[in-house]
Amino acid sequence: MSWKRLWIPLSILPILGLLAYGFRTDPRAVPSPLVGRPAPSFTLALFDGGRLDLDDLRGKVVVVNFWASWCYPACYEEAPALQEGWRAYRDRGAVVVGIDIQDTEEGARRFIEQFGLTFPNGPDPGGKISIDYGVYGVPETFFIDRQGRIRAKHVGAVTAPLLRERLEALLEEPA
Amino acid sequence: MIPEVGFAAIAVALALACYGMAASALGATRERPALVASAQYAAIGIFVLLAVAMLLLVYAFLSFDFSVRYVAMNTNLGTPFYYRITGLWGALEGSLVLWTWMLAGYTLLVVAFYRRRQRDLYPWVLAVLMGIMAFFLLVMTVPASPFQRLAPVPVDGRGLNPLLEDTGMITHPIFLYLGFTGFTVPFAFALAGLILGRLDEAWITVTRRWTVLAWYFLSMGLLIGGWWSYHVLGWGGYWAWDPVENAAFMPWLTGTAFLHSVMIQERRRMLRVWNLLLIILTFSLTLFGTFLTRSGIIASVHSFTQGTIGAFFLAFIALVLLFSLSLLAWRADRLRAQGELDSLISRESAFLLNNLFLVGATFTVFLGTVFPLLSEAVRGVKVSVGAPFFNYVSIPIFLALIFLMGVGPLVAWRRASWDGLKRNFLWPVAIGAAGALVFFLLGVRHALALLTLGLVLFVAATMVHDFWRGTRARMRTGHGPLGAMADLALRQHRRYGGFVVHLGVLLVAVGITGSQVFVVQTETSLRRGESLEVGRYQVRFEGLEAEEKSNHFLVTGVFTVVNDRHTVGRMFPGKKFYPQEQQPIAHVAYRSTWREDLYLVLGGFSRDGQLATVHAMVNPLVSWIWFGGVVITLGTALLVLPGRRRDG
Repeated sequence: MSWKRLWIPLSILPILGLLAYGFRTDPRAVPSPLVGRPAPSFTLALFDGGRLDLDDLRGKVVVVNFWASWCYPACYEEAPALQEGWRAYRDRGAVVVGIDIQDTEEGARRFIEQFGLTFPNGPDPGGKISIDYGVYGVPETFFIDRQGRIRAKHVGAVTAPLLRERLEALLEEPA
Repeated sequence: MIPEVGFAAIAVALALACYGMAASALGATRERPALVASAQYAAIGIFVLLAVAMLLLVYAFLSFDFSVRYVAMNTNLGTPFYYRITGLWGALEGSLVLWTWMLAGYTLLVVAFYRRRQRDLYPWVLAVLMGIMAFFLLVMTVPASPFQRLAPVPVDGRGLNPLLEDTGMITHPIFLYLGFTGFTVPFAFALAGLILGRLDEAWITVTRRWTVLAWYFLSMGLLIGGWWSYHVLGWGGYWAWDPVENAAFMPWLTGTAFLHSVMIQERRRMLRVWNLLLIILTFSLTLFGTFLTRSGIIASVHSFTQGTIGAFFLAFIALVLLFSLSLLAWRADRLRAQGELDSLISRESAFLLNNLFLVGATFTVFLGTVFPLLSEAVRGVKVSVGAPFFNYVSIPIFLALIFLMGVGPLVAWRRASWDGLKRNFLWPVAIGAAGALVFFLLGVRHALALLTLGLVLFVAATMVHDFWRGTRARMRTGHGPLGAMADLALRQHRRYGGFVVHLGVLLVAVGITGSQVFVVQTETSLRRGESLEVGRYQVRFEGLEAEEKSNHFLVTGVFTVVNDRHTVGRMFPGKKFYPQEQQPIAHVAYRSTWREDLYLVLGGFSRDGQLATVHAMVNPLVSWIWFGGVVITLGTALLVLPGRRRDG
């Protein structure tokens, strides 16, 4: 082959490079305008009968997780991680709160039982809380600092390392 | 148990494909027919194994086996029977099984037809097809196994995406995949020719029918997709330049270019490199479509991230392009054209222009589709490219293509004479111009619409004019008029089949023009008993009804439609509430006539059923688009009729 013609196959390399670059970006990662703002307060009627008011948790680091029992596989993947994070950090001043949206009560209870979730969990009838937090889909997780400000939003399943990293960082901060 | 058997079937098929590729290539280089024959058995094996895998997956769907992740993701206990079967291709993993099974089917057809006829090309064709199947089977084994287990086993599945619960979605993917996989066969022949250095017109003649059929299936896939979008999505449109639509449209554009330019090569032995490039491009674009929609690199209503599958596809696209383009560069010496362009006014140059426009359109669509990526890479800015860009650039291109559709088939090969041009085009040009004038006098003031309608009439007139002259000539030899027409169409079925397909495309163009330019719409809140007016219709709100369906809750509005004081009937637009969806899904109601569609979408409503918001549209000529699809089907049938040589 004459080497001059090498440009024919080589000409596609820039395009391939551009497409490969695409893996490094996330077209959906639109930054939430809520990050840095005070977390909208809410009161949750828990599945186990109690009530939870976000304002009562001021001074603690709060992980608010929006989920649903029909959300395969992401919610099923993250449930053990959330339970584990709650067990490991509750004594150090962190709370995990589950908010079940767009779901049937029966399905939600079965989900909680299946994973043995012990952190506070409650439904969001009418979707009021998820609207306040601008939730697009499940799962989405918000990290709230000791001052009650939203510090980060995570779309998709949270993993144990991610949870640990965020909680450690936020717990380091003074109240 | 069943998932394990299914997985094993795919794994064995992968081994067979790898073996078949190696055996066939080795058989070709060492001239050992027994090796090639064994590859044929491997092809049969792959087909059967994939059929088994598909049946097992369908069985898992029908028996609600939620331990299979794919089943749990795409069905639930309420999913109706038919949609449990079509759930098979409701998402990526199952679609790949169907896709590869079709490819295996095509491969068997190649074995059946060309085993004896194309002795030298055939083993390489088989090797290429096997290699492509091996890739898909690898994807099904590693990153996207349809039989992946789910633990813990959920009690109920998530359910099929509600938008896919529609008859359009039963057929649309099948046609689309038949089109995509269909282009694999001409690609395999092209590659075989390049490998062997046998670069005469053989591969083109052999694959002509494949190309036509693949083009047809892809066209239908696009039209059915548009129809689905029209009656399911509830915004009254059928095309939105979404990246996924573009992904299917680009191979159609290059495929259309290929379909036309091979005729020049057959006739004039020109454009050899160009045609090879086009088929390589078309095949790569079918892969690119899957890559784009499944890798999650570009946001689209259809796409969702699927782990490492994007990387697999990108690697394969890179392999295909680098391998085939290097072959092309290596063989370029032997690819010198024999014929050359004699005159600017000739059929060759009309076809060349057609190719230029089609490839230009492909480039535009490609640029618009990947521009968000480019912008982020170069400037770090997130942008999205919308319909206005695509419309602005592509409308002139498509108008030029319509014009060429009238010129190309009638202008002479090599060099057109002034007399010939006058004979062929005087009347059609006059009719097109007169038609545009009539529409103007009837009150159409939209310049683009007038231009389109004039061009469409011009092209239609060229075809009628040509067919009429042919018929008259045949009548002189003693046929009756109808007999002469049938005889002419059958004898020159390639030419007139092409005409009929063109006619179908014209109908689609008229439908698009009518519905884009002359749409009338309104949105109003109505109390019970109140009416709104849209176009010539009055739509009266009669009340709401609600019904619990197996997997959703349906609220329907009842509307009485009056047209010029005649009650034409009732329409029932609704809203479907699926527990797993944040948003309700529209259930569109529409009445089609040849003139226009009345299209109703239910918006919000009050719980007591006294008040409802309705979006009403009158979409002129939409049904022409779907009817165009029927005409294209008829034309293709005529085109691929076997035998009766001496084509036009």
